[in-house]
This record gives sequence, structure tokens and C-alpha cells, in this order.
Amino acid sequence: MTADTTSVAAGYTVPRRFGAVAPAVIAGVVLLALWELGVRAFGIREFVLPRPSSIGQALVDNWSTSEGVSTVSLRQAGWNTTVIAVSGLVVGVSLGVALALLASRYVRVGRTLTPFAVAANATPIVALAPIFNAWFGITSALSNQAVVVVVVFFPVFLNTARGLLEVEPSQIELMRSYGASDLSVLRQVRIPNAIPFFLTSLRLAAPLSVIAAIVAEYFGGPQDRLGPVITQNASFARYAEAWAAIVVASVVGLALFALAVGFERVAMPWRRPVDGQ
Amino acid sequence: MLTPVPAISIQGVGKTFNPDSDGRIVALDGIDLDVDAQEFVSLIGPSGCGKSTLLRLIADLVTPTAGIVEVFGKPAHQARLDRDYGMVFQSAGLFSWRKVARNIELPLELMGWSKADREARSAEMLELVQLPEFGNHYPWQLSGGMQQRVAIARALSFKPRLLLMDEPFGALDEMTREHMQNELLELVAEVGTTVVFVTHSVSEATFLSDRVVVLSPRPGRIQEIIDVPLGDHRTEETREDEAYFKCATEVREALRRVGASS
Repeated sequence: MTADTTSVAAGYTVPRRFGAVAPAVIAGVVLLALWELGVRAFGIREFVLPRPSSIGQALVDNWSTSEGVSTVSLRQAGWNTTVIAVSGLVVGVSLGVALALLASRYVRVGRTLTPFAVAANATPIVALAPIFNAWFGITSALSNQAVVVVVVFFPVFLNTARGLLEVEPSQIELMRSYGASDLSVLRQVRIPNAIPFFLTSLRLAAPLSVIAAIVAEYFGGPQDRLGPVITQNASFARYAEAWAAIVVASVVGLALFALAVGFERVAMPWRRPVDGQ
Repeated sequence: MLTPVPAISIQGVGKTFNPDSDGRIVALDGIDLDVDAQEFVSLIGPSGCGKSTLLRLIADLVTPTAGIVEVFGKPAHQARLDRDYGMVFQSAGLFSWRKVARNIELPLELMGWSKADREARSAEMLELVQLPEFGNHYPWQLSGGMQQRVAIARALSFKPRLLLMDEPFGALDEMTREHMQNELLELVAEVGTTVVFVTHSVSEATFLSDRVVVLSPRPGRIQEIIDVPLGDHRTEETREDEAYFKCATEVREALRRVGASS
């Protein structure tokens, strides 16, 4: 009886030591150093590629007060863009999940919606930004939020719907053998089955929301956001400042991604640990 | 006392899939079979002979196109709603998001048992399938054989009078498989359930069953029913017994007569 019990089951732990992230950190530092030295050694002009140290300086100088062409500090612009990205993310994810539930419950809804969703998912939705400006007003943050909502919606909807539908047939038969209702099947099988699919889409959607927000901001909306800060500084050849705003944008994107990954650990305690994650 | 009702009564049952289209498949035809209470009956036959379909007809997971299926004297549909049987599939089909004990408690949860009762029963079942220390593990931490034992514990957790098994050991290696067969017999004797067992293994069917039902290739019909009088107490030694070989040969020859390659 115990023959096959010894080799498994000890319980695995996720490595959380610094050793696990050290290679990435070292590579990052080396890359920055090479960048800095390369720009100096080859005499690359600052407007082509500013040195990391110049970008860092611009970041410090513009963090709490604007020194340059834009009227807003990087901190304020970063915060405003984060609000747009996160609010759009929340609405888009909620809509995606709600419609996925509907599509899995009513086959006809699913058959009607899914082809459109697949087509729309393959369309560059940020191209809609100027249209949304016309709909919601060019000075309104709503038009930027709408772009984020639409961009985030499709991957969440498609992935979650797949997770709700791609269930092991024997698990459905098992539930039926207990005379379980459709609602029980949804709660006990479909929803838990969809959680990993949903979390994967969330990982995609979180950084995507920042990209969508900034691209939408390029086309209009209030000027105190990262998008306009980048374009204004770039058009005045203040590239270090533009890069500093890009750094803020990537930090926000990374932070949202990290939140999504952290959420995954909490929401999926049964998750089988994978090396390097 | 009344004449005892058979655990399962199948009369003139047929099943045709897609009856109105070109893809019409007659899976089963003219099946008559009674299974007594506490009997162990195996269904064996070439692949595609409809043995799994027959099991699903008993389980009311598939509806017959002809005939009647009764389980404990009531229509199969009612028996399913009354949760008169437990079912085990070839893939253990454990819910990866539930810990082992919570998997065993699934049917009890659907039946509205209290948490304390559920936990007491799952602990008891884990003891029974000899995995007492694994209740708090997730399924992926268990080997295939252990997962299948959990699936059996889940099927038996609410003490159904009937156990329906669809090639439950099909994915296991020979050693684990024989081990599981021994255990299953002990378990069934202890709990006193009726078992219908689908397999394509002659040795498995012979070792486990009181009767082996041999089905013909599609359309599946009952070709022969072979009695396996090896007694109620079967052990490792039974596998080397003369009588066992004789029965296995009988099953094998019956299969050969229906044209099965196995």
C-alpha cells in the first residue's frame, strides 16, 4: 500500500529567496551600466539615446514639480494615468467576466458573441481612441478610460469563457451522477476550472491597461497625464524628461503585473509550483 | 417477505446515437441483464462494443432508445436523483482545486451534510482506502494509483448500494493495478455494495467478478455470461489458482468467439 506513497506528497514550497531573483537583478544592473558606458564611449547624442544617469536626473528633477514644458509633475501625471488604467481595468475585467458567465450559460449568446470577440481581439483597438474622443469629448478622461475598458475586455472575456467551457467531461458526468443542478455545476466545476484561465488573462490585461491608457492619452483627453507629458517633452527635444515619464509608465505597468501575479498566489492555493515563478 | 428486487434490471435495452442522421450508430441492441444485490459483474468486450454506454445507461447519464433500465426497482433516472450509486471513471477526475479530503466530501456537500459530518466521513473513507495522512494534500501531489483510490473513496463516501466503475484501473501499471484489485474486493466486501465494472482486461474481469458479461462488437449484444465461482474470499493466491485459470480461459475464448483481438 505504501509503495507508491513514498515518492510523492512531501509538499512543495515556492522558492522565495533572493537567490531566485539575483540573476535578473544582476543582468539589469549590467545592462544599465553597458547602456551608460556605451552612450559615453560612442558619443551617442542625448537626443538619440539619453544616458540612464540623465534620465535618472530628469526623474528626480521632475518628480514633484514640473521643471519643463509640461505643467504637471511626474508624480501627479503618473498617478492620473494610473487612475485611468486601473478604473478601466476594473470595469473591463468585470464586463469580461460577466459576459463570459453569460456566454457559458446560454450557448446561443456564446455562439453569437465569441466570433465578434475573436475578431475584435485581433483588431488594434487603440485605433479607436480618436473615435472615442468624438463620442465622450476630447477633454474628458472618459474617452481614455473607454479605450482601456475595450482593450482589457477581450482577452478577459475570451479566456474566462474558455475556462468555463473547457471542462473535463468526466467531471460533468460525475456531477450529473449526483443529480447536481446546472448552478451547482457552475459553482463547483466551471468557475473553479476557469480561475486559472481568468488569472492568465488578468496577467495580460494588467500591463495592457497602462499601454492602452497612454496611447489613448496621446490622442486627447486632459493634459496632466503621462501620455501628453511624453509627447510634449519629446516635441521640445527634452528626451531625458520624456524617458523619465516612460520609466514612470513602466513602473506602473510592472506594479499592476506584480499585483496580478500576487493575486494569483492568493486566489489559487492549489496552484502547482513551477520552477522560476 | 417479497421476492428480492434485483439491484439492476435491464430489459430489451437498445441505444442508437444520432438516430436521424447519416452518422447513425447502433451502440447497443436487445440487452437483457439482471444484477443481484451485492453481486460483482464485469462488462467486457472489444473496443467500441458499447460497454461504457451500457454502464452510462444504468447511471442515467445516457438515455436508452429502447427498453427499460431499473435500479433498485425504480427507473434509472429516479435512482440517479436518489443518489443510489457512486461512479468511478478511468481518469480519477479529482477536482484539482479541492484538497483530497474535500474531494471525498463533494457528494456529501451536494447532499447538504453538515461540515462536521462531512469531515468525519472523509476521514473514515481515507482510512478505508489507506490514505489517512493525505487529506490535506492537493490531488497533483498524489500518484495515479492514489488518486484513483481517492476517486473510489469519493464514490463510496455516501455509502451507495451500487458502485459503477468505468475502466477505473485502465491507466495504471500492472503492479498497482493488481494491488488496487485486491483492495477493491476487500472494500466491497466490507461495505457490501453491488458493483458493475467495465474493463477490457480478461484477468481483471475474472479475478474480480462473480459473473463476466461478454459483449459482441457493435451493435453490442450480450454474447455470453460466464460464471466465475472462485468464492467470496479472493487473494493473491487466487491468481495462481487452477480454477482461476480455467475461468480466465473461458472468458478469453468467449471474447475470441466474438472476434475481439484482445
